[in-house]
Amino acid sequence: MLNIVWPIFIIISFSFAIFSGNLENLNNSIFESTNSAISLSIDLLGTLCLWSGIMQIASKTSLIENLTKFLNPLLNFLFPKLKNNKKIKKEISMNMAANILGLGNAATPLGLKAMKSMQEINEKKDTLSDSMMMFIVINTASIQIIPTTVIAIRNSLGSQNPTSIVFPTWIATIIAAIVGIVVAKIVIKLTKGEKF
Amino acid sequence: MKIIDFLSSVAMPMVILLIVLYGVKEKNKIFDTFLDGAKEGIKTTLSILPTLIGLFLAIGTLRSSGVLELIIRIASPVLDIFNFPSELMPLAILRPISGSGSIAVATDIMKNCGVDSVIGNIASTIMGSTETTLYTIAVYTSCIKVKKTRFILVAALAADVAGIIVSTIICQIIA
Repeated sequence: MLNIVWPIFIIISFSFAIFSGNLENLNNSIFESTNSAISLSIDLLGTLCLWSGIMQIASKTSLIENLTKFLNPLLNFLFPKLKNNKKIKKEISMNMAANILGLGNAATPLGLKAMKSMQEINEKKDTLSDSMMMFIVINTASIQIIPTTVIAIRNSLGSQNPTSIVFPTWIATIIAAIVGIVVAKIVIKLTKGEKF
Repeated sequence: MKIIDFLSSVAMPMVILLIVLYGVKEKNKIFDTFLDGAKEGIKTTLSILPTLIGLFLAIGTLRSSGVLELIIRIASPVLDIFNFPSELMPLAILRPISGSGSIAVATDIMKNCGVDSVIGNIASTIMGSTETTLYTIAVYTSCIKVKKTRFILVAALAADVAGIIVSTIICQIIA
């Protein structure tokens, strides 16, 4: 995607600046952009290392397994067809628990495993099953307790209160997830049939 | 609003404390584990540096050349109807498409509008509450070689739009 977007950005802004005679600003920002990328990375380094370390501890404990117990009632509502499939439900809840804790690196492999298990019981192998649709939508909703990257960026820009956005983020995430789940349920109903 | 501030500031210490307590309960070499993870953090940061340089160049020049201003000026009459700050439009468009791209745009917005300003807070909340939708769908569908995706994109993008709208509203209310 960036292979298309990036050159478009460069071509448009460089030619616009040359034609409008805005070259001094352009030249300044070329050098400034590399400097700000370096300083952002240095500022991010500390917070990201700290979180990777904390999350490494979390991934070595049974915290994820324990979280999955709380998710069970929710899972039965979201995935009615998997009600009696303990194995897949476990894989899905492990993925969700990892996402909630912000363990992105652990969540993706767990999620792919769940997708493969769901494919095994999928009747139409070339089409997403109902459960897969719901699972993907939940994964795109970004449900996590601590938005670590954003906090790191805010911290690097000298925010007075880098964590002040945590609560607003919860509200926005939960409502986004609910909207995603409702629309997914509707889409699942509407696309039942041969055509899809 | 005090309770909101409290919940926001207590969340991170609580999570760290919980994880450390769990670690102590179940494993004795907890600091070694921490160091292993922290080393991974260095790799992650270094691996996004080249992407950030490329994207900061693209977005920085888009701003300094005046193109961004032009686009915002054209779009703002429409966005004003929905009370959506036009400065955030580039982020809203790029967020579902590119993870590192949206980090660069969000940082650019926070820097130019003020990280603690309403717009800076909205940009942060959008980043925290939405995901790189297109990438996630691509990864999960391609691993099982599914071709018919039954308009999953509609549901996923609806969630993103909801996240962006709610972020905008809630940050304006709190401010």
